[in-house]
This record gives sequence, C-alpha cells and structure tokens, in this order.
Amino acid sequence: MKTERSQVAQRAVVQATAQVAQRAVARATVFGAPTRLSNRDALAIALFALRGNWLRSVLTALGVIIGIAAVIVMVAIGNGTRADLDRMIESLGANRIDIAPSLGRVGGAISNLSSLFTLTQNDIAALRERVPEIEAISGVLNGRTTAVNAERNWTTQWQGVDPEFFSVGNWQLASGEWIASDAYQNASPQLLLGETVRQKLFGDEDPSGRLLRVGSVEFLIVGVLQKKGLGAGGNDQDDALFVPIETARRRLLGRIGIPPQTVMSVTLSVARPQDLAYVEREVGAVLRELHRIAPGAADDFTVRNLTQLVSARSQTTQLMSILLAVVAGISLLVGGIGIMNIMLVSVTERTREIGLRLSIGASPYSIRQQFLAEATMLSLGGGLLGILLGVVIAELLVRWSSLSVLLNAQVIVIAAVFSIATGLFFGYYPASRAAKLDPIEALRQG
Amino acid sequence: MITEALPDAVTSLQVPQASRSAVAVIEMQQVSKRYRIGTPAEVRALDNISLTINRGESVAIMGPSGSGKSTLMNLLGCLDTPSSGRYLCEGFDVTRLHAEARAQLRLQKIGFVFQAFQLLPRLNALDNVLLPLIYAGVPVKQRRQRAFTALEEVGLAERWQHLPSELSGGQQQRVAIARALVNRPALLLADEPTGALDSQTSEEILQLFDRLHRAGNTLILITHEAEVAARAQRVLSIRDGRLL
Repeated sequence: MKTERSQVAQRAVVQATAQVAQRAVARATVFGAPTRLSNRDALAIALFALRGNWLRSVLTALGVIIGIAAVIVMVAIGNGTRADLDRMIESLGANRIDIAPSLGRVGGAISNLSSLFTLTQNDIAALRERVPEIEAISGVLNGRTTAVNAERNWTTQWQGVDPEFFSVGNWQLASGEWIASDAYQNASPQLLLGETVRQKLFGDEDPSGRLLRVGSVEFLIVGVLQKKGLGAGGNDQDDALFVPIETARRRLLGRIGIPPQTVMSVTLSVARPQDLAYVEREVGAVLRELHRIAPGAADDFTVRNLTQLVSARSQTTQLMSILLAVVAGISLLVGGIGIMNIMLVSVTERTREIGLRLSIGASPYSIRQQFLAEATMLSLGGGLLGILLGVVIAELLVRWSSLSVLLNAQVIVIAAVFSIATGLFFGYYPASRAAKLDPIEALRQG
Repeated sequence: MITEALPDAVTSLQVPQASRSAVAVIEMQQVSKRYRIGTPAEVRALDNISLTINRGESVAIMGPSGSGKSTLMNLLGCLDTPSSGRYLCEGFDVTRLHAEARAQLRLQKIGFVFQAFQLLPRLNALDNVLLPLIYAGVPVKQRRQRAFTALEEVGLAERWQHLPSELSGGQQQRVAIARALVNRPALLLADEPTGALDSQTSEEILQLFDRLHRAGNTLILITHEAEVAARAQRVLSIRDGRLL
C-alpha cells in the first residue's frame, strides 16, 4: 500500500517535471518571445477604454490627484524652508558662537548685579591666543540712543565693536569705507551705519563722509553697511550703528559706568564648521579657568552656538513636512487602492472582451500589458492633474501665508515618478487576473 | 522595440513551403478530454477522437448539445489542451504548448467565428476587423488596408465606419468573418455561425462560407442543424464524446 502510493507520487512528480521541461522547450524553441503589444498600441487601447468611462476615470484618479498635490506642496515647503535657513545662516555669519554673561539668578531675581559684567577684553585676548581655531573675535557693548540728522531723528541701537566684528557677522560695505584701525586705537568718533538707520535719517542719499549727532556726540559717518535682513530672533539687524568699542565705552556708555575693560558680550567665528563643537567646549574651559570657577560650580557666562539655534527653529517646519508626507502617503495609498478596485471591476465587466481578444490571438502577456497600461494612465493622468493642483496651492501659499515655498523641476519629476509607480503597483494584480482568464470561460460570460 | 522581436516568432511558426501540402491542417490522434480528473465526478467530454482535416477541406462537426462538440471546438481552436492523445495543428503539437505559444498559434493559424458575433461594441467595423493585426504587430497603415480588404471580401466595405449597433445581425456576422479572415489563417473555425440569425440571413452567411471555401480556405463548421452541416464536403457526427 505504502509503496504503491509512493510510486504514484513518484510518477506524478516525474510526469510534472517532464511536462514543465517540455513546456519550457516548446516555449523557447518553437515560439520565441510571447507576442507583445507595442507601447503605442497598449497606450492607444488603454486611452480608448478610459475615454469610454471618463467620469469614472476622473473620480478614480482623485485619490492620486490629492496625493500628488500633497507631495508637490510638501517638497516645495521643505525646499523653501531649507533655502530660508541657508539665507539666515549666511546672514548671521556661518560657524558663529556668541558668549554672554550668565545672570546669576536666584528664583528669577538677579542676585548679583556684577554678574552682568563678567566678560573682559582680557578674556578676548586670552581666547584669541589659546584657541587658534577661532577665525575672528570681537567684544560688544551696546545700548540705545537717538541719532539726529537735521530735522530727522531716529532711536536705534548702537554697538561698540572690535574690527573683527564685521568679519564674524559677514557684514559687507555698501558705500564709504571701513573704520580705520587707528580710529579704534584713538577711540575716534567714527561710525558705520546700518541700512535701516541710513534710510530713516537720510532717505535716498549716501551719507558717507557726513556728520551725525548720536546722543550728544558728533560722529563722522565713514561708511554704510549692506542690508542683512532679519536675525535669528526676528530683529532687524540693519537697525543699528556701529562704533569702535573704545569710543562707545568713553562717549556713549559714559554715564552708565561699567567696570573698566568689561564687554557686554563676545562674538566669534570659527574657520571650519567641523571645529564648532570643539571650540564651543574649549571656550568654556578657558573662560572657567580665567574666571576661577571651581569644578561643579555654575558658570558666570553662557556659550551659544547660533547655527544650532537656527536649526532648532527649522523643526517646526520639519514637523509640518512630515505631516504632509503622511497625508501624501495615505492619499496615494487610498488612491492606489481605488485604482486597483476600479481595475478589478473593469476586468470583471470586460471578461467577454478579454475572452474575445484571447481567442483571436492576444497573448496573456499582451492582455496584462493592456490593463497595466490602463492603470498607469489613470494614475499618471491623476499625477499630472495633481501636479497642477499642487503648483496652484504652492502659489497660493506664497501669496497668502508666511511659509516659504520653492518649486523646481525635481519636485515635478518626483511626483510623476510616484504616480507612475502607484499605477504599476496597484494595477499589477488586476492586470494579472485579466491575463490569467480562461478564454473559454471568459467567452461564455454575458 | 517590442514588435521587432516578433518576426522571428512568426516565421518560426510557418511551415516550410515544401512540406506544406504534406502536413494536414488538423491531425488528432486518440485525443481525450476529461474534467475533474481523479475525482468520482470525472467527466469524459471527449473520448479517443482521431481525425484528420486537410488543406482546403470543408468539414461540418454535428451533434446535439452535450455531445462534446464545444469541447472539440475548443481543442481544435487551441483554446484548450487535450488530457491525453496528440493534437497537431499545422504540424505543431498543441499538447505541449504553453498558453502564450497557443495564443500565437491562434493568432497565426486560426480564425474564429462565434454564434454571438463577439464584436467590441465601441469599435467600428474596420477597427473590429483589424484587432488581430494589432497583436500580430502589423504596422498601422497596413492594418487598415488589410482590414478594408477583408471587409470587401465579405461585401461590407462601404459600411466600415459603422458601429456594431448600427449593423444588422447578418452584417455583424460578416464583420466577424472578416475579422477571422484578416490575418489569413490556415483554418476558419465557425461555432454555430447562423445560430443567432433568421433563415434568410443564415442562407447569405452560408453562401459566404461556400465562397470562402471555393477560394481555398479550410473550413470547420460546428452546428446542430442538419441543413447547415449538409453544406460541408464532409460531416462528422459526434455523440457522447465519440465520433460516429
């Protein structure tokens, strides 16, 4: 009994193997490749079928339309935000570190007024000497004042800076010249104007070489700086005037009276971006040593990496991008399932047509081609409409919101590829089902 | 690009001219078709059929419904493969052929005519006729010319723009016959071609078949009507899956 059964099984296996081999031979030697539709014919047949039911086709493509539009808007916002950040980092000065005194707070109240002035010119000299990776470094004093030009006056911020300040912040000269180095040494009353201040006080004129009263002191305007726009905190960086730090200490700060040689903050830049983290640590170590801070005790200063600060700001927009990506993904999935569903319906409806095509000589392969082409046309058509919709939405966003949007060819190519992929993926199963129909059964339908 | 691969496959199907006359269009040797094999409900739809049909013959296969004549037609038309025995269509052993290869055989060798015409409703007469030529990879211009010629042969050339719904039953069947002829098959296989037509139209269609036969086409008519079968040179009767 057992042997009989195993013999039967063995025979079946042998037969099956022989059959497969024979079929492979018959297929390969007698007939070569299966007959295929040319791409042109496949597209023509697909378009003809879709046109016959155009309303259904459009409704089916709706999911893909929305999905692709979301992809377009998502990528456009992502690109816009990235471009924004690049511009902001550029304007702040790349690889920039700021040092400020740490206010010794106890429960929200400033406990120690002298903690406002912990940084000194000494610290700056020491940092320049001991951290060679620092490219440029400058102390900063600042305050508010009113500048007066004849009838016009403007309340603005003054900043007392060292010569290297302008290289740290990547400032460029719009007109006139930089303040000469002997002016820094002699504490001369010379200044550089920010673009906003120039505009408020001089309108369209170039004030280089003219005098300007700042507070109670007459200053010579040596030059005007190029416009930089908004800073990391949303402040107008151009609404300021810049004087040598010693000039500021003697002539603008006079009445406040801060300890000699102190600065309100220090700003510095690093030559190579990969040194940023190291310099940040090293600056902390040097200052702790100079300030004689015991291990474990709180620092009397803070070191901020401005580039990092800006990157943190991008997280909001990143979150929005992720959200849109999820929307895009879900609607493409739903759209794809919609296409699959309609294609399955279509295969069932057109069983007789498939049977006829098979009986007059269409190969199963070409039937699959026909239905794959149909699904792909559906999703590609949806994709193109989606691209259109996405571009319109992006344009509206530019006009009506503060979001930055940047459209480019890459976005459109990505969207088109996504839509074709959706059609191929979700069209494959229905197309295979059509190709596997038995022509005899199919013809009998209807 | 894809169609360029075709000519090879097509030429490989063609029997060398010298041996052509020697090869029968149809040769069946002890062919059986069984369904639900190995179950108690096994059905022997065809039992040990042997037959030969030569080029230029006109043969009627006659039998009542359930006699197995549809199964026989499906086998003859390479829509199905036999369970046992050998079937050579123009010298090709169909028993061993994969579905893709049988599709090519149908495309090149067989023209089907159905009882229900089976025209695609949204295509006009010409586009219905040229359907097989699309799959044969014939260039677009030639397709239309050849389809038009085929329509001329069935006397419907002036109606080439009409949709099937705008044609009478007889005219629709003529379009279907033109479609069967358009790729110059070795065999015309008609399954109850007059079954859906009134007697006068039937007569016209049968006269058309007579003419096609006289023009050298090999013809197989499957029918249950004796008058239709009488038009053929040879009548094969089938009952309970056996030839009588």
